[in-house]
Amino acid sequence: MFGDYSLADLGSILVMQGFAGLILFSVFVLMALGLAIIFGQMGVINMAHGEFMILGAYMTFLTSHVFQNYFQAYYAGYFFVAMLVAFIVSGALGLIVEWGLIRFLYARPLDTLLATWGLSLIMQQAFRSIFGAREVGVELPQWMMGSLPVTDTIEVQINGLFVMGLTLIITGIIALLLYRSRWGLQVRAVVTNRTMSGAVGIDTRRVDRLTFGLGCGIAGVAGSAFTMIGSTGPTAGQLYIVDTFLVVVFGGAQSLLGTIFSALTISQSQSTLEFFLTGSMAKVLTLLIVIGLLMLRPQGLFVLKVRR
Amino acid sequence: MSQKPPADLFTPSRRQLLVGTAALSATAMLAPQALAQAFPTAKVNTTGLAVTDTEVTVGILHSVTGTMAISETGSVQAEKLAIEQINAGGGVLGRKIKFIQEDGASDWPTFAEKAKKLLVNDKVASVMGCWTSASRKAVLPVFEQYNGMLYYPTFYEGLEQSKNVIYTGQEATQQIIAGLDWVAKEKGAKTFYLLGSDYIWPRTSNKIARKHIENHLKTKVVGEEYFPLGHTQFNSVINKIKLTKPDVIYAIIVGGSNVAFYKQLKAAGIDLKKQTLLTISVTEDEIDGIGGENIVGAYACMKYFQSLDNPNNKAFVTAFKKMWGEKTVIGDVTQAAYLGPWLWKLTVEKAGSFDIDKIAAASPDVEFKGAPEGYVKIHANHHLWSKTRVGRARADGQYDMIYETASLVEPDPFPKGYQ
Repeated sequence: MFGDYSLADLGSILVMQGFAGLILFSVFVLMALGLAIIFGQMGVINMAHGEFMILGAYMTFLTSHVFQNYFQAYYAGYFFVAMLVAFIVSGALGLIVEWGLIRFLYARPLDTLLATWGLSLIMQQAFRSIFGAREVGVELPQWMMGSLPVTDTIEVQINGLFVMGLTLIITGIIALLLYRSRWGLQVRAVVTNRTMSGAVGIDTRRVDRLTFGLGCGIAGVAGSAFTMIGSTGPTAGQLYIVDTFLVVVFGGAQSLLGTIFSALTISQSQSTLEFFLTGSMAKVLTLLIVIGLLMLRPQGLFVLKVRR
Repeated sequence: MSQKPPADLFTPSRRQLLVGTAALSATAMLAPQALAQAFPTAKVNTTGLAVTDTEVTVGILHSVTGTMAISETGSVQAEKLAIEQINAGGGVLGRKIKFIQEDGASDWPTFAEKAKKLLVNDKVASVMGCWTSASRKAVLPVFEQYNGMLYYPTFYEGLEQSKNVIYTGQEATQQIIAGLDWVAKEKGAKTFYLLGSDYIWPRTSNKIARKHIENHLKTKVVGEEYFPLGHTQFNSVINKIKLTKPDVIYAIIVGGSNVAFYKQLKAAGIDLKKQTLLTISVTEDEIDGIGGENIVGAYACMKYFQSLDNPNNKAFVTAFKKMWGEKTVIGDVTQAAYLGPWLWKLTVEKAGSFDIDKIAAASPDVEFKGAPEGYVKIHANHHLWSKTRVGRARADGQYDMIYETASLVEPDPFPKGYQ
């Protein structure tokens, strides 16, 4: 397939392809971070993760309308406000859900699976009742559209850069929180030994609630960012959930670094294979690679070493 | 909700009555009660359908929950509008239409179960419903076993024909061939890149498109790709498109993927005002989610656009918006769904009976002149004769029609040389 193209063409395609892979990587990390925190630190499988993302997307939609109608002058910057709103609303709902539902089910992991799946159905129908069954279009300010031409043949997508930057910032914040803050210390203590942490005076309930809320809040921000590249509809959350779980499980549930490396592996193989094969075949091969590696390392790429 | 439908919508029905049977000519102008007496229930309903002296019950079977609710909502709205207008005009053979609505819930076995309920328990005289091919395939055996009548609105891949189904949307060749001919002639297109979501409709449609491109237009397909439903990352294929520089991108991507595809296409700097893109899967409904600014300039090949400039359509759009709100948009399938109840009414009046067998036999050559898309007629193969049109997307989410076939295109669900 390369016969007809000059070396320069191939070079620029290689660059663009690498960039496409990086965007996919950022998207995966952003999707998986919230879930990784909840699943990894609390052992709760949150099937409603996708719906929390879409909640963020709908918040972005609402914010854009508020800005269009009342603060037209600041429209160019509405997206930053929207992400904040998305974080707060999704996070708040996360806190409520933890308080009303999840905390009764910590000892029963399979029941959380079922309960959060039910929650996802309820949220989907709620979106449908409130915002309508049809997808909504979220308008972006002009500066976020289009691409920057680097050379004649290489173009860099602005929203891709935006997602990459956002991922970098959020990952940085989470890493700081987990490994440099008091809350992070408590979370890590609770993960290692819940009973013992309680005995030394850590309020494990409070840690759980904050963790769940934070995870959901990040999902909201991710959803807000994805309005740039994907659809916003009641069931759009389902589009992301499989990939998200894939990344988290493959990375080793309890490791932030694992999540990042797993996202890198999956995104690069997916986007490279997609270039040489078709979209469907690329997915098949990616899944085969993941299954193969998981057979060799059932705990995922990175395993937290804990003395049990 | 009892707004008066525009007068011209009634011309066909009245005409049909007059032409249908000579005996009817005197009764056509009578009040509904008198009309109902002219057609005693015992005579027009010999198979125990839910028809009384004053009422006839039909079924509406679509998904209002689940993934497909996005698409099927418009069809439900159109069918309810048509039923209301028919009732306002006196009903069918003097009987008011009552409908029972069931939810297929985007789940194919549920569709089959609900279809059985409508036919066996409710004895409905006809069913307006289904959207995806999968749901139609699921209910088809039920309709054939219990002898029901289904009016199916969606454009689909063809390769099907049943006594128990009237297909009011286009089969594949009606939607594909005229569009490709147009793009080859108008744009001088020589190379095509075919894209699609990975299931039966896009694959079958692209197969027909490829045969037409290679064997009839004598041009070239430079790429063909499919993506899992719900795929949201198109950067790799966009790079491939940039590399192969096709004259036409031929896209049959559906659902949420659509939104991701057009947003990323735009972000990657492919300007649809310069790059020709022809789609058969994006109606005004989908543009609502994609955002007009992301798809402006793209060409779509359909049989109906909301912006069509004819009296029927103006009346239809006004009535639709009055019933369902100013902001609603009307896509190709919604219009096709609107045809269902009307075609059924006209067929019943032509047959002078609600019996399924008689309706099935009377369907060929039933014509509906009040259709928003213009004149349509049922073919002997139970599909519709209709025009094929090409529209260009505007930034406000509507299409400007820029081409239509000179005459009605014959439906050909089993096209020779395309399989």
